[in-house]
Amino acid sequence: MFKAQSIDLNLHYGEYHALKDIQFATEKNTVTALIGPSGCGKSTFLRCFNRMNDLIDNVKIEGQVLLDGEEIYQKGTPVDELRKRVGMVFQKPNPFPKSIFENVAYGLRVNGINDKSLIEHVVETTLKQVVLWDEVKDNLKKSAMALSGGQQQRLCIARALAVEPALVLMDEPTSALDPLSTAKVEELIYQLKEQYTILIVTHNMQQAGRVSDKTAFFYLGELVEFDDTKTIFTNPKHTRTQNYITGRFG
Amino acid sequence: MASKKRIQQAIAFGLFRFVSLSVVGILFAILFFIMIRGIGVINWTFISAMPEDGMTAGGILPAIVGTLCLMFGSMLFAFPVGVMSAIYINEYMKDSKLKRFVSMMTDNLAGVPSIVFGLFGMALFVNKLGFGDSIIAGSLTLGILSLPVIIRTTEEALKTVDDSLRIGSYALGASKLQTIRRVVLPIAFPNIMTGLILSMSRVSGETAPILFTVAAYFLPKLPTSWHDQVMALPYHLYVLTTSGTNMEAARPMAYGTAFVLIVIVLLFNLLANLLRRYFGKKVKMN
Repeated sequence: MFKAQSIDLNLHYGEYHALKDIQFATEKNTVTALIGPSGCGKSTFLRCFNRMNDLIDNVKIEGQVLLDGEEIYQKGTPVDELRKRVGMVFQKPNPFPKSIFENVAYGLRVNGINDKSLIEHVVETTLKQVVLWDEVKDNLKKSAMALSGGQQQRLCIARALAVEPALVLMDEPTSALDPLSTAKVEELIYQLKEQYTILIVTHNMQQAGRVSDKTAFFYLGELVEFDDTKTIFTNPKHTRTQNYITGRFG
Repeated sequence: MASKKRIQQAIAFGLFRFVSLSVVGILFAILFFIMIRGIGVINWTFISAMPEDGMTAGGILPAIVGTLCLMFGSMLFAFPVGVMSAIYINEYMKDSKLKRFVSMMTDNLAGVPSIVFGLFGMALFVNKLGFGDSIIAGSLTLGILSLPVIIRTTEEALKTVDDSLRIGSYALGASKLQTIRRVVLPIAFPNIMTGLILSMSRVSGETAPILFTVAAYFLPKLPTSWHDQVMALPYHLYVLTTSGTNMEAARPMAYGTAFVLIVIVLLFNLLANLLRRYFGKKVKMN
């Protein structure tokens, strides 16, 4: 069974056909990079997996999206339950203006977990997971806004991991970070796949090459090519893919 | 050529500076004028005693208490209703004709003359609902009057909350209500409070809406329930200046009353400022 899968997925923003017949499937404990020029639909596709597109008016979705073999666009699927199972990290770090501790605890609290010692335990382990613990362990009560951009982004990753998601979506998670923070986040992504399945949208070809097992190339709403990252970068089947990854357009 | 430009600019900005400073000047002129004439009667008796001798002596305690009752009473109604409406308009309503209509009507409500609110309050609360002339009727009337301001300031406060925080919260499985309660409102809170306090200080000076709904000409006792009538500072001021038994003798009392009213308004504005600063810092820290 695939971890995340889409079958004949079509998405329209009003008249605009943003995703066309997307067939996609990814295995457990892999990192899949979604690449392609701006406006190709890769972020839209990513947001299908936690139904974030629902928040936009005039969106029409056809076809199937499956998480662990379960259709997530069925009528009556509780969207907040789904979003608990699918974590998301955004382009710009968006910590809440609360303490570091409360940022990580947020997902647990809104999902009805109030056990103090459990929350403390989860906060500590997830902060360790994202290699932020040593930097913040003495300042857990301090505002998350006081952290650097790179630390904030790792905090946001911790916040997403705290609810133990089955799938983690990352939408250009390093595009607002400096090179050093970027390297830290990439290293983290690489380690996280032991426990999580990750889909990452990126504009950075080197990043896709470094962190992902599989790469999907989107162009004008179509999934042009989807294969092992190695194959995509060394021996792509389509000239469009080749032109894009070698920087001839996009 | 260049010097002509410079001269033009100097004249223009000189004019702007003069105009903007004169606004400050007007405020100071009012304060000075009232203070000079009012300060003479201000003493402990003036703010702690009942009026005496056809309101030419004694104090204005019942009017101070009455005004404070109306300020808090009106907010008891206007604050929850206003904040809840603003949350609904800003957080739940999709951009639609209905939303624009509600927005437009809120603005129109703000444009209704205050004497019309008074008349409406009398018809609905005093007569139809049978509250009679009472704190509750006056508070409700003043509350309706402040609704548009509270709704607007709350909406503005909610709009300052970055959407990326709402989306971040949804992405963690939070419902809309949880997101509003745990993320949006704490951030918007200082600005909402500021709007609340500014509405209170505005309510304190309103005369027309209380004329037919609560204000008493002369009532030298403190209210004991929501159904009592009260005196109120702005109306007391009006009475002292236009319809007292001995208007000449009451003149200093009128200035003293005006002074107390202005001090209350300024104190509330100051409080709004301090709260905003205090909570502004706190939100950043937490």
